[in-house]
Amino acid sequence: MWDNLQIMFSIPVLTLGMIIDGLLIGGIFALIAYGLALVWGVMNVKNLAQGDFVILGAYVTWWLYGYGINPIFGIPVAFAALWGLGWIIYKLVICRVIEHDLFTSLLATFGIAIVMQQTMKIVFGADEQTIALNLESFGFFDNLLTIQPTRLIAFISAIVLAVAVISFMKRSRMGQAIRATAQNPRAARVMGIDTEKVYSFTFSLNAAICGAAGGLISMIWEFQPFIGLIYSIRAFVIVTAAGLGNLAAVIAAGLGMGVVEQTGAFVFGTEYQQAIVVGLLVVVLLVKLVLSSRRRQVVE
Amino acid sequence: MFHYRTFMKAVAVTSALVASSVAANAADTILLGSAISLTGKYATAGNHAKVGYDFAVKKINAAGGVKIGGKSYMLEVKYYDDESTPARGGQLAERLINQDGVQYMLGPYSSGLTKAIAPVTEKYKIPMVEAEGASRSLFNKGYKYLFAVLSTSEQYLASAVALAADVAKANGKKPGDVKVALAFENDPFSLDVRAGVIDDIKKHGLKIVIDDKLPRNLTDMTATMTKIKALKPDVFIVSGHSKGAGTATRQIAEMKLSIPMVAMTHCESANLVGKYKETAEGMLCATQWAETLTYKDPMFGTAAEFNAEIKKTVPEYANKSVPYQLAQAAAAVYVFKDAFERSGSLDKDKLRDALSATNMKTFYGDIKFSAAGNNTAKPMVLRQIQNGKYNVVAPTAFASHKLDWPRK
Repeated sequence: MWDNLQIMFSIPVLTLGMIIDGLLIGGIFALIAYGLALVWGVMNVKNLAQGDFVILGAYVTWWLYGYGINPIFGIPVAFAALWGLGWIIYKLVICRVIEHDLFTSLLATFGIAIVMQQTMKIVFGADEQTIALNLESFGFFDNLLTIQPTRLIAFISAIVLAVAVISFMKRSRMGQAIRATAQNPRAARVMGIDTEKVYSFTFSLNAAICGAAGGLISMIWEFQPFIGLIYSIRAFVIVTAAGLGNLAAVIAAGLGMGVVEQTGAFVFGTEYQQAIVVGLLVVVLLVKLVLSSRRRQVVE
Repeated sequence: MFHYRTFMKAVAVTSALVASSVAANAADTILLGSAISLTGKYATAGNHAKVGYDFAVKKINAAGGVKIGGKSYMLEVKYYDDESTPARGGQLAERLINQDGVQYMLGPYSSGLTKAIAPVTEKYKIPMVEAEGASRSLFNKGYKYLFAVLSTSEQYLASAVALAADVAKANGKKPGDVKVALAFENDPFSLDVRAGVIDDIKKHGLKIVIDDKLPRNLTDMTATMTKIKALKPDVFIVSGHSKGAGTATRQIAEMKLSIPMVAMTHCESANLVGKYKETAEGMLCATQWAETLTYKDPMFGTAAEFNAEIKKTVPEYANKSVPYQLAQAAAAVYVFKDAFERSGSLDKDKLRDALSATNMKTFYGDIKFSAAGNNTAKPMVLRQIQNGKYNVVAPTAFASHKLDWPRK
């Protein structure tokens, strides 16, 4: 561990490389987490199938790539396809569990996750797949710092998508309706907002965001039907850390997580990459607990 | 109304018929049993193994079967699908032995399943020749009835270490100056591979500069690759199933690393050439068997002939390479034939003794079992990806091509 820290300080360019890399992949994590925060905040449904939507999006993009369709065009298709699937799942399952307690929605989405994993395994097989564009990386400082074009493309796409979704939420009537419903569903209904429609729209939008994120992931990493869980966990950690309804915080937390993952894996070993994510959650919860207990004392 | 007596009579008649048919069969066939993964996560590889068993049985029967004491016996295999789950594998082994009267077993697919079945065959003293379980934990339990034709997992990448030491000597470097980076998944198979590599590194006196473990859900190796950038090792050895091979190949290119030698497992199942094209050039891949090796035997001919015949008779493999899982399964059946003929009897204990004295040359390689039951006569082979093809480069005795070193 100390050797690794020593390397980080003695060759700062390498550290810089890991931080840049962490920011690039963090953009995708933030996108997935934003979708989760949306559904969580608006509908109070904690979607455990989040990562599986992502992986399905990856498969859609990969499948199209097999027919020679560039992922840049495949990703919008994944977005649309997952929108449709999100709507179907909402009508079949989610609309029946919204009004119920936390555990019902957790169980329902967990069930959806299992069904999705097994279906993907049957349809696409259990082997690892990826879209290998084999693009030449940009190298700086005698290749000590390398930036991978696919990660850069993914980061830019994630930003573009995030900006589009945010402006939609701010400007459009539907976006306003969603925000109103999130604040107080009963009041929204009284004001004539069709909350049922808002819910189905929100859930579909989340699935579509995941689908696009999955398309980006298919260009960067290898994936298989059962790898969705690690994306779900990351999204939960980010949303827990950032809180609901605070988009800037979600993005910051997503980027931060990317950086912590990469540098943490360097210091403690790649083996602990995911342990670091969960460890981070514990730290965030402890800090929040301490902060909130202080606040309560002040109020008293 | 239900007539109990009539029912019992019917049962008696049926069982008598079944018994007599078994007896009739037993006169001229030898029944082998196998629980094999035909569905579930090992289905693809399990099917390779089954094709290998079936092909060998057909071939041996067509050549006159197994000759014991001047009499010919036909081989036959009874299969059950273990659904890739160890618990089911154990149950099915019991069923094969107790209900189907199987006296000789062929192995299942994977170390995990073999580990579940070996205690059962051991309990009933049923000899089992297996071809698909490589974990060394199978061979330190003192099993007497378990024999494996394949090289065990700690041998997988040990030859890469020897090769690195040889290359260093040839280039006027001391082995002690060769820096090695290791990245192994934290699972039983990969840790076995690692144990073998570490032993050989000590033996040849190489220096380990990076020793990373990879998580089961590996997606990204940036951290390990960054260490490689800093420490510039001469050899990089990776084992993390197909995702490890794929991720390493991809990120070595993405991060513009120049490592003179990279060795890994699972290149074929990761489809490195298909996915990563020229990026995969120069990778060294461990394999149990390759069709270009110079092994041969009187039953299957040379390795190349075996390969050609599979491609001709099994349409599934016409357009893809024949996996080693298939070849070693066929070799396992061949070992049974050889042992039966040497023991000159159908008695399972005599057969066990004959198996343990096996010393034969086959198209799959030499087969000779240690006291623990693993095959010590066949080395692991290293192939290098050269112009999109897998060419054997080590050990030098079997090499068809020269090693490309350093890797560009």
